[in-house]
Amino acid sequence: MNFRSLLMRDIICFSGFTMSIQSKLTSANRTGWLMALPTLSLITLFIIVPLIFAFGLSFTNQRLISPNPTEFVGWKNYYQLLDLSFVKLSPEVDEAGAAKVNNDGSYEYPRIRTLSRSNPEYEHLRGMREWTSWQLGEDRLYLMARDVVFMKAVVNTLFFVLVVAPLQGGLALALALLINQRLRGINLYRAIYFMPVVVSIVVVSLLWRLIYDANDGLLNNLLGTLSFGLIPPLDWLGSPDTAMESIIAMSIWQAVGFHMVIWLSGLQTISPTLYEAAAIEGSNKWQTFRYVTWPGLRNTAVLVLIVITMQAFALFAQIDVMTQGGPLDSTQTIVFQAVERGYGKQDISGGSTISVLLFIIVLSISLIQRYLTREKH
Amino acid sequence: MLKRSLLAVAVVGVSLNLQAATELSMWYHGAGNEVESQLINQIVGDFNASQSDYSVKLESFPQASYNDSVVAAALAGNLPDILDVDGPVMPNWAWSGYMQPLNIDESKIANFLPGALGKWEDKLYSVGLWDAAVALVTRQSILDELGLRTPTLDNPWSKDEFMAALDAAKASGKYEYPLDLGMAWTGEWYPYAFSPFLQSFGGDIVDRSNYQTAEGALNGDAALAFGEWWQNLFTGGYAPGTSQDPADRDSGFVNGKYAFTWNGNWAAMNILEKYDDTLFLPAPNLGTGPKIGGASWQFGVSAASENPEGAAAFIEFALQDKYLAAFSDGIGLIPPTPGSAAMTKHYKEGGAMEVFYELSKQQAVVRPVTPGYVVQAKVFEKALADIANGADVADTLDAATDEINLDIERNSGY
Repeated sequence: MNFRSLLMRDIICFSGFTMSIQSKLTSANRTGWLMALPTLSLITLFIIVPLIFAFGLSFTNQRLISPNPTEFVGWKNYYQLLDLSFVKLSPEVDEAGAAKVNNDGSYEYPRIRTLSRSNPEYEHLRGMREWTSWQLGEDRLYLMARDVVFMKAVVNTLFFVLVVAPLQGGLALALALLINQRLRGINLYRAIYFMPVVVSIVVVSLLWRLIYDANDGLLNNLLGTLSFGLIPPLDWLGSPDTAMESIIAMSIWQAVGFHMVIWLSGLQTISPTLYEAAAIEGSNKWQTFRYVTWPGLRNTAVLVLIVITMQAFALFAQIDVMTQGGPLDSTQTIVFQAVERGYGKQDISGGSTISVLLFIIVLSISLIQRYLTREKH
Repeated sequence: MLKRSLLAVAVVGVSLNLQAATELSMWYHGAGNEVESQLINQIVGDFNASQSDYSVKLESFPQASYNDSVVAAALAGNLPDILDVDGPVMPNWAWSGYMQPLNIDESKIANFLPGALGKWEDKLYSVGLWDAAVALVTRQSILDELGLRTPTLDNPWSKDEFMAALDAAKASGKYEYPLDLGMAWTGEWYPYAFSPFLQSFGGDIVDRSNYQTAEGALNGDAALAFGEWWQNLFTGGYAPGTSQDPADRDSGFVNGKYAFTWNGNWAAMNILEKYDDTLFLPAPNLGTGPKIGGASWQFGVSAASENPEGAAAFIEFALQDKYLAAFSDGIGLIPPTPGSAAMTKHYKEGGAMEVFYELSKQQAVVRPVTPGYVVQAKVFEKALADIANGADVADTLDAATDEINLDIERNSGY
């Protein structure tokens, strides 16, 4: 089940790899190519070929298993996922023709289902569902989506990335600064911070499910004890308000050690003479960080940002183990939906289409990041 | 010289033997369960010893990954001769071309419980050595304390009586929740255990007249009434929702957290051991009669098998009452024939779980018999989880209906 996140990890390796070989491609010699051959052929077999397949399959109605022949369906899969539509409804009126007002001052609107399912005037809305809506004076504007679950998955994933990328990167840097000191036993701390990275994400997710348990979970007990019972037990994963945040917190904790090590390697490439010079100039700790450490970490920062972004987009295992996308779609993500459709619902073409869309999203965001963090001359 | 001729005789003997016994491979879903492995190995051993034409070779898989293994094997063209298949999944596998119709003597299955026979498009594809049933489990002492009538097979609780029972349990203040539905068991449990409620209301997952649409069945008036009732079980505080702790599902009732638990006969043995006044009550009549889910794991012949007669011979051999009874005694499953039921510890007349046999016989309904069920089960599960979590009932059932219809359309009507 975890192959999708493996795949993403490989794509990450791959994009890092292409970046570094690009400049040397022209001067590549035979030995170089030979040494790259095993990796290149595996990447071709398991990443590039499947990606090409996914592009092709997304224009068909291919099933995982079916006696029916595969047919070309054009853009139908994309239409099914991405179709959006607005509809503006006026409030229900009473006999006199005035809008009915509820006790709390709100209006009553006709149910969308009465229009979308039976009214020929709204034939284009058939099969669509309300995603969200806004008040426009007396009227209400509904945003309808053909695939609300996918839309929610996209929004959730973007939210996850936007929160995780800065928090995880920042926290990892803070940890790296902390453990980049010559203290007795510092290796112990390095090991402790790094440990969650080595443990399988499935195992970590199972453990955190226990921690987040609504009744007698570790977190609820801890909060209850610390607050002398003032904080009531919360259903962390069972409530739409806290489920995604809980997964975000756990995900940051799990992978922060990995990025800490990358930052640490960056920190250790900064020449000590710079720090000595800064000390002689009398710079304080903040100035040293701002003008010596941070500029020296530039390339590391770009790497960490891109890697975290890509990993965050591939959010899958935590969802699969902890919430299955629920409650009320609050933890649906793009990759989870791709796997759920491709394998769970045996709809390979649907899963492929989502994968292609994810590829395009991640590619464009990576390109934008590359552009924004380019060396300016 | 003597030695050499002896050797020659031996070699000829071995090769004759090899020619004689055709090997049949068989896959089974019960890896990791010791009792189950022993039982199935016993049958295989007995069959191999009983004749010399075929030799069955058994491979066991863990249940969680069994279906995936079969699908992968089918894609790779490596299916075994004899397949173990979950009842509601069978039509999908038959339609996909993994399975072929099963040719066994009609008389051997004449008195089987209907849930144990896997039929699709009027052909028999699979037979189960057992069936499973669900009951509303409680204790006589709980009913007495709450002052409730004991429902019977002929006179089950009505919807109002059922809700009154839950209210009484809630009002007593002795239970964390009145009812445990098993929301922690995600997956097949949802359609298996809960779609009969929907059917009792008069709705269904899909319109079974031709299996071409869910419109009206899953989002008609009956289904909407079911949805409102279902949501009220959770918003009204009657049952723990989707975030129920799996440990509570397993031991909550035994530990006194719940007054009633909607549970399968496979869990009955544990409860019986703890309380000797355990009752297995029939499902409440929610409108169109009490209903529970039927069909469990069954045996069939894969389409790839070159020896379907041999595979069928093995399945026929396994259908002997003594084996059916052994499975029942070993793991608490329902024996599918009256003869085998009489031979078991729990299901014979006066046995502690006898009621399950009648439940299965009188109330069991099979899940939709269509290749599309695999998708429909997932859609149904999500809809029920969403409604339990407070989603709008009509919109959720509409969305589920649309998704099922789209899937049917994309598969050219299956």
